[in-house]
Amino acid sequence: MLETIGVKSMNDLLVDIPQSLRLESLQLPDGLSEFETMAQVSALAGRNHVYPDRLTFRGGGVYRRFIPAAVAAVTSKPEFYTAYTPYQAEASQGTLQAIYEFQTLIAELTALDVSNASLYDGATAVAEAAMMAFVHTGRNEVLVSGYVHPEYVQVLRAFGEGRGIKVRKGGEPNQKTAAVIFQQPDFLGLLVDAPGLTAAAHDAGALAIACVDPISLAILAPPGEYGADIAVGEGQQLGLEPSYGGPHVGFIACRRELVRKLPGRIVGEAHDASGRRGFALVLAAREQHIRREKATSNICTNHSLCALAASVYLTYMGPYGLRQVAEVGFRRAHALAERLAALPGWEMAFPERQFVNEFPMRVPKAPTVVKKLARKGILGGLDVYRWFRELKGVLTFTCTEVNDARALDELVAALK
Amino acid sequence: MTEPLSFELSRPAVDPPRLPEADVSGPAPSELLPKEALRARPPGLPRLSEPEIMRHYSRLASMNYSISENFYPLGSCTMKYNPVVNETAASLPGFAGLHPYQDEDTVQGALELMWRLERALCAIVGVERVTLQPAAGAHGEWTALRMIRAYQHSKGEARTEVLVPDSAHGTNPASAALSGFQVVEVKSGGDGRISLADLESKLSQRTSALMLTNPNTLGLFEREILDIAELVHSTGAMLYYDGANLNAFMGICRPGDMGFDAVHMNLHKTFTTPHGGGGPGAGPVGVKAELVPFLPMPTVERTNGHLMLDFKRPQSIGRVRSFYGNFGMLVRAYTYILAMGGDGLSQASQDAVLSANYLRKLVEGDLEMPHEGPCMHEFVASASHLSHENGVRALDIAKALLDRDFYAPTVYFPLVVPEAIMVEPTETESKATLEAFATAVKEIVALARTNPQALHDEPKNLPVGRLDEVAAARRINTYLQGLSEDPVLRWKAPVQSPC
Repeated sequence: MLETIGVKSMNDLLVDIPQSLRLESLQLPDGLSEFETMAQVSALAGRNHVYPDRLTFRGGGVYRRFIPAAVAAVTSKPEFYTAYTPYQAEASQGTLQAIYEFQTLIAELTALDVSNASLYDGATAVAEAAMMAFVHTGRNEVLVSGYVHPEYVQVLRAFGEGRGIKVRKGGEPNQKTAAVIFQQPDFLGLLVDAPGLTAAAHDAGALAIACVDPISLAILAPPGEYGADIAVGEGQQLGLEPSYGGPHVGFIACRRELVRKLPGRIVGEAHDASGRRGFALVLAAREQHIRREKATSNICTNHSLCALAASVYLTYMGPYGLRQVAEVGFRRAHALAERLAALPGWEMAFPERQFVNEFPMRVPKAPTVVKKLARKGILGGLDVYRWFRELKGVLTFTCTEVNDARALDELVAALK
Repeated sequence: MTEPLSFELSRPAVDPPRLPEADVSGPAPSELLPKEALRARPPGLPRLSEPEIMRHYSRLASMNYSISENFYPLGSCTMKYNPVVNETAASLPGFAGLHPYQDEDTVQGALELMWRLERALCAIVGVERVTLQPAAGAHGEWTALRMIRAYQHSKGEARTEVLVPDSAHGTNPASAALSGFQVVEVKSGGDGRISLADLESKLSQRTSALMLTNPNTLGLFEREILDIAELVHSTGAMLYYDGANLNAFMGICRPGDMGFDAVHMNLHKTFTTPHGGGGPGAGPVGVKAELVPFLPMPTVERTNGHLMLDFKRPQSIGRVRSFYGNFGMLVRAYTYILAMGGDGLSQASQDAVLSANYLRKLVEGDLEMPHEGPCMHEFVASASHLSHENGVRALDIAKALLDRDFYAPTVYFPLVVPEAIMVEPTETESKATLEAFATAVKEIVALARTNPQALHDEPKNLPVGRLDEVAAARRINTYLQGLSEDPVLRWKAPVQSPC
């Protein structure tokens, strides 16, 4: 090869690199066989403790759920996971159609007009939605109402700082407010007055951004129905492993009027010269590779494969399977809440509020409770005091279809 | 061959899958929640049996090109083979089953992996610390610029401009703008490299940073990188490295030694985590000592063998992503680095450079080479001669390659080369594959001379031919203006006409 190129050595190809920069070698160990590699990696995995699904009652944005085998069977197809972003539409119809189906599924779930191809996670989805509101309204303040996931708010603040967007917690929207952001159910699992918050936002000329739990939408009124302008959320529950927090998938959907401000990739339907239907990336004029510094977002790589997992999950479940899963979680969480509230000194932290499948309990000696459960192999409630100083002694518990009736018994027994 | 949408395959007769029953006495949602809080109609999800689902997605999979089946010479994207062992590692229950809010004591292996990966990346690019949080390259760029801005603010400087070469990736100016900077473009000289004179004229006390990739997007190493660094630093500005082209020189040289202060890396390019048809990726950012206090929180720290997440970082730019980044991708990248080792990574980069120069040589008789070689890991050719003489454009060549089982090179980028065709073969490809690709290019160029119309009609062997994106855009526009109910961007059930 060197001879064909017309050089004598590899060094002749590297002549443009100043000599003073050349390395002898990397300060890293030499390579390993696959067997040795896996032995080392497995040893690291072995140093982690994995709680059984059925004994995991901790949520806070990441949940244990039943994942149909079909999900991994599809996402582990190399034709999907080793493909690039579908720039060349004719050679990427599989990915493009899968994304188009994802967009439709999210639009159906949220009852909004248009979804994009996916975002990184729930947190950046909230931040991107706030950017849309900032650009759309020309106002530079966003109002975070109630207990929105604290990490989402932290990410929102970091994003906002770059654009000069102020993040205000609580209070009423006013003439400076670009958007009211709320979470339904909120970080503690409680239902908020989504229609009321939406109306208040609109009365002030602001947009309403609903951060929603996709599975809850099988039973709860969807954002499009109560008039929210943008719906965002975290899609981990739709067939993705907890994986220590990622990769998961953010989703974002909006009303038709806002689509030109929607960040990231969007797939649309198109036809070839012989009338065959196909799919292609569309509305590229919004994106960074065309608009460069005028783009409203810099997102490029998103989370396609995770969106594919979500699509397979939702298609497997169908409308009634999804409702079944949501209802089982609802019933079990309510049964558990009643039993926990009967423990001495335990009480519902917000007894007047409704919830779906995650709920806050005020308990004596919360940190000790969590440790005690861990000793019995149970990943117990989430201590939310680390984020909210007013919630001392509050643990949130979550139930899904993986926490069977006996697991609930074991949890309660461990606390007695 | 086309495949119906899952929604079109949906049959109301399909029963939902068998799922667990509640088995407890808890109430149903309708017993507790007010009617207006409940969903009135179930969401319009498709109803398919499992065999129908599996066949649907198998057929969709067969409509994709992928690195597992095709040569993907996609310039700037580093489409190299994704070792399957990476997938095995990431799916170990000891990683995949971890909840992000488990106690530190129960995730020591995960934190150790992150700590070791950080150390390895530091060694490869020559920096002090690395944040693993950013989810993608563009996210990393933005994170780096936020850190630079915070650092300069802490010194009482209000620098407002970021310099970006005209050959830069589109994410560079977008990330700079989103970080609150004005973007100032720096011109390339005739040799395809940054013009020092133009750079000097644009540098000022307002300059916060110069964003640069080296080798640049033309595949050329910026020979004067040390002078560039000195010039930038002399005004008090910082140098940011766009890591898209890191695959060119692992073990050969390091951005940190070149003078870069912040460096992002794409684990989904250089470190073989799969691209997933558009993500998930991961875009860690490495920084020199002065930027360390500004790293996003949390960082992973190690004291006396115990690993912990450090949230107490008063000067941190904050949190850029929920939890700790795309952990599953970090496992894959770490597995790759462990298997390759320092020697393997150096060899990979050398092979990538060798492949690019070899392929460049093989096609230089057929395509124009606007810049002199040698190149690094990729090269940019131009089809402008064919465009002028035969009306055959870069896009036609791309589509014709698709018909010959090759994915297409990146076209029309970088913007500074007319009819650009950007080819990055990577170390994955064998000599025989490179030669087959060159033969295909030769055939296509010959066809351009004799029968250009034949090329305009390609691709013919794929599930669909060229899609009319102009017509699609027109339909979308009509929909967005509220003039039609044909949504184009999603499926909608056709309105049943009464029979």
